[in-house]
Amino acid sequence: MDTEFKPNIVGFLCNWCSYAGADLAGSSKMEIEPSLSVIRVMCSSRINSNLVLSSLLWGADGVLVAGCHPGDCHYERGNYYARRRFALLKKILEVLDLEPDRLQLSWISASEGKRYSEVVNTFAEHISQAGPNSLAHNPKV
Amino acid sequence: MSDAIKINKGIEEAVQDLLKSLLEKDKIKGVFTLRKMDDLGAVAYSLFTNADELKNALPLYPFMPVNAGKVLSDFTLQGATQEPVAAVLRPCEIRAFIELVKRTQGDLENILLISSTCGGVYPLKILKGNDQKSRQAQYWESVKKEDIDPELRETCRMCEDFIPHNADMVIAAAGIEDMDTQCTIYLNTQKGKEFASDVPGSKTSEELEGGKIEELKTKRQEQKAKIFEQFEKEQMGLKSLVKMFAPCLGCHGCSHVCPICYCTLCEFDSKTCEYRPTSIESELKLKGGLKVPPGNIYFHLGRMSHMAVSCVSCGMCSDVCPVNIPVATVFSRVGAPLQEVFEYIPGRDLEEAVPSGTYKEQEFMESGK
Repeated sequence: MDTEFKPNIVGFLCNWCSYAGADLAGSSKMEIEPSLSVIRVMCSSRINSNLVLSSLLWGADGVLVAGCHPGDCHYERGNYYARRRFALLKKILEVLDLEPDRLQLSWISASEGKRYSEVVNTFAEHISQAGPNSLAHNPKV
Repeated sequence: MSDAIKINKGIEEAVQDLLKSLLEKDKIKGVFTLRKMDDLGAVAYSLFTNADELKNALPLYPFMPVNAGKVLSDFTLQGATQEPVAAVLRPCEIRAFIELVKRTQGDLENILLISSTCGGVYPLKILKGNDQKSRQAQYWESVKKEDIDPELRETCRMCEDFIPHNADMVIAAAGIEDMDTQCTIYLNTQKGKEFASDVPGSKTSEELEGGKIEELKTKRQEQKAKIFEQFEKEQMGLKSLVKMFAPCLGCHGCSHVCPICYCTLCEFDSKTCEYRPTSIESELKLKGGLKVPPGNIYFHLGRMSHMAVSCVSCGMCSDVCPVNIPVATVFSRVGAPLQEVFEYIPGRDLEEAVPSGTYKEQEFMESGK
């Protein structure tokens, strides 16, 4: 039996940039790690910290949040708010020593199919090396 | 230097006189402060409209049955009070109120904020059934000498923000050795000066900060470093977090008393956080066990991500915790670096936007790569 660790990563992609970037990567037949489960959201600022936390606590080994590059948000400034909230959450995990590296924020535009595949593959590789998330598979949590 | 009035009476009597005079001269229509509930020391916040009733008021009593910022927010949720009201609050209660006003949950107009250089409060558990007279004496003795009473709330022992922000009047208490014979009340704002225009007492001009206040600040800072150091030794990492929150009943009392947790529909109180038969099955599959009550760590981390940056460290949450989890210490410890990142002191300034509700274009430039 294959016992190699296969990570389970949740990706929150904004509808206008990163999701379109993922589409482009797919239609360009680029190689993309299959361990990422994509959830499409209308804007990166839609992502409440609870969504990220519940992912981490109930099964995800890593969480990727992706949105439009700063200045390019479809709603003008949503990604600026997202960036702040992300920084807040990451800092909390950092202070409590709860593996903040399992969170990643990336800006991926609709035309960056290649960048999308690179970001996903690199992050998946990083999470594979980090191993299973102790928050997710712990009967005490 | 700021304007002040000096009253040649003991601190408690002087504050009573001030409130009484404001009420009698019709400058205000009500006083919001603690009321004596029995002879053993039970108190509750109350609104006084009758000057004769004020003898039952205990404005400086060292207990906080509820964070009054939350109550003032309830009073002014739909706009300013119709008549001017004086409210005697602790500095952290004012800061909580300011945070709520920022979130459009209250109105500052028509409220005269009176506060003191705060010596802290005791946990409510101490109050239970015991005669508080000797403790009162012990409290004022330690405030005079600027000793940090080890029985105070942990957040009070390490509080650096004991000089009120945004108070119209500030009663000098911490480090005042002659408080039994005289009392100085600082008038910090125009509003404070107007209200105090014909209050009995001699007008002076004095410096509130410096000297003794700085000494106390240093003492509290040392205490803070000590408490945080101890905390870091024990409470970092998942294992410690699990241990700390293991006894959590999931009563959510900490969030219900928290002045910053103002949402009427909290996600953690909602059905989305309850377990259904289907979710029990998937939980078992995922974790190999089912913790009951479920989602405690999620609740605390989630609440932290929502409000820790605005945490005023009043200590109510630790006080109400039925299983003695040091909630306030955790939230203060996590809140401090968050507030540092955004150079934010909760409740310092009404004009300062809540960090999660604003942004700068050029910040966190390294994130998103």
